[in-house]
Amino acid sequence: MASEADLKMDMAISRMLRAGVSIAAFVVLVGWSLYLWQTHGVGPDYLHFHGVPSPADRLTPVFEGIRHLDSRSIIRLGILLLIATPIMRVAFCVYSFAVQKDKVYVLISSVVLTVLLYSFFRR
Amino acid sequence: MIEFSSAVLLTSFFAGLLGALTGLGGGVVIVPALALLFHVDLRYAIGASLISVIATSSGAAVAYVREGFSNVRIGMFLEVATTLGAVGGAYLAARVSTPAIGIIFGVTLLFSAWSSFREPPNETPHPPNALAEKLKLSGDYPVNNGRVAYLAQNVPAGFGIMFIAGILSGLLGIGSGAVKVLAMDHAMKLPFKVSTTTSNFMIGVTAAASAGIYLGRGYIAPGLAAPVTLGVLAGSLLGARLLVRIRVPVLRVVFAVVIVALGVEMIYSGATGRL
Repeated sequence: MASEADLKMDMAISRMLRAGVSIAAFVVLVGWSLYLWQTHGVGPDYLHFHGVPSPADRLTPVFEGIRHLDSRSIIRLGILLLIATPIMRVAFCVYSFAVQKDKVYVLISSVVLTVLLYSFFRR
Repeated sequence: MIEFSSAVLLTSFFAGLLGALTGLGGGVVIVPALALLFHVDLRYAIGASLISVIATSSGAAVAYVREGFSNVRIGMFLEVATTLGAVGGAYLAARVSTPAIGIIFGVTLLFSAWSSFREPPNETPHPPNALAEKLKLSGDYPVNNGRVAYLAQNVPAGFGIMFIAGILSGLLGIGSGAVKVLAMDHAMKLPFKVSTTTSNFMIGVTAAASAGIYLGRGYIAPGLAAPVTLGVLAGSLLGARLLVRIRVPVLRVVFAVVIVALGVEMIYSGATGRL
């Protein structure tokens, strides 16, 4: 079963995952360094939850924040890249199964991709 | 602030290290550590942990694929169950009270501790299974002299347990690897190595399914998620390297004791309303 095509797909996937995580972790590190430098010892309060559904986590405000060198927006970009990495992986699987003409698995991976995109873009 | 951030970074590093060495993942340690030691609100702790889980799972995938054990088709099929469960779990997280989440977390910790000592079921010859064959839930894995073939059993039961694993992941911000492995090696009778590596492969996708909903709820605080993610990722990468060289039975006992203590403390804190 573990055919040549499957093995190739596996390796391509894992390289993509590693690249995605490396880039995302680097962005988070840059944002966090800036964050520590900018906050000057005054930290936010994590003891109490003030969970306002934050529009700042959506893409447009994040890019807006980065233009003003807002450290929290840079960290947010890194987090969005991290979340996007497994989604890209599933999207790549849909493509790979299509190339292999495996209809059942094109359908199965499309269902997974739909659930992920629903969660990511839902408001 | 710097002290708090460095303490969180260091704690996350050790959580990732222990999580990788024992195979339980960093999430089960970092959430109780943040809640009990740093008195961080459980929702922020869960949000930060979930992001670190995505990083760890994706970062470790290369090593697992190279070993040739993980099965993309089985993983993808079961991800239908885990992602749907994870979306449900993330919705539940807003409706279940914090003390109740603490208690569920504690029980999950106790289960994880138990599962790290569970003997993998004996390899049995696999009878034909029509559903598994139709879904191509089969494969082979390398052994000393050649390759051994396997075929999944009890597909609906495995799918059902995976749905529960997804709910726990979305509700608690953990990878719930212990439950995923249970579904594969115990219910579906897959080889242990295939189960653990495929489980790791699935964790990132499962966590990504609840992360979007967490973001929209404000569970993910950038200033907290950053040190937790970087710490757990660094710790687990080091752990994965050490794992090749050192044997871990002693460490496993130590870690199980820590997990049981954290589990009891989470249940107690939840029950007495201190979370």
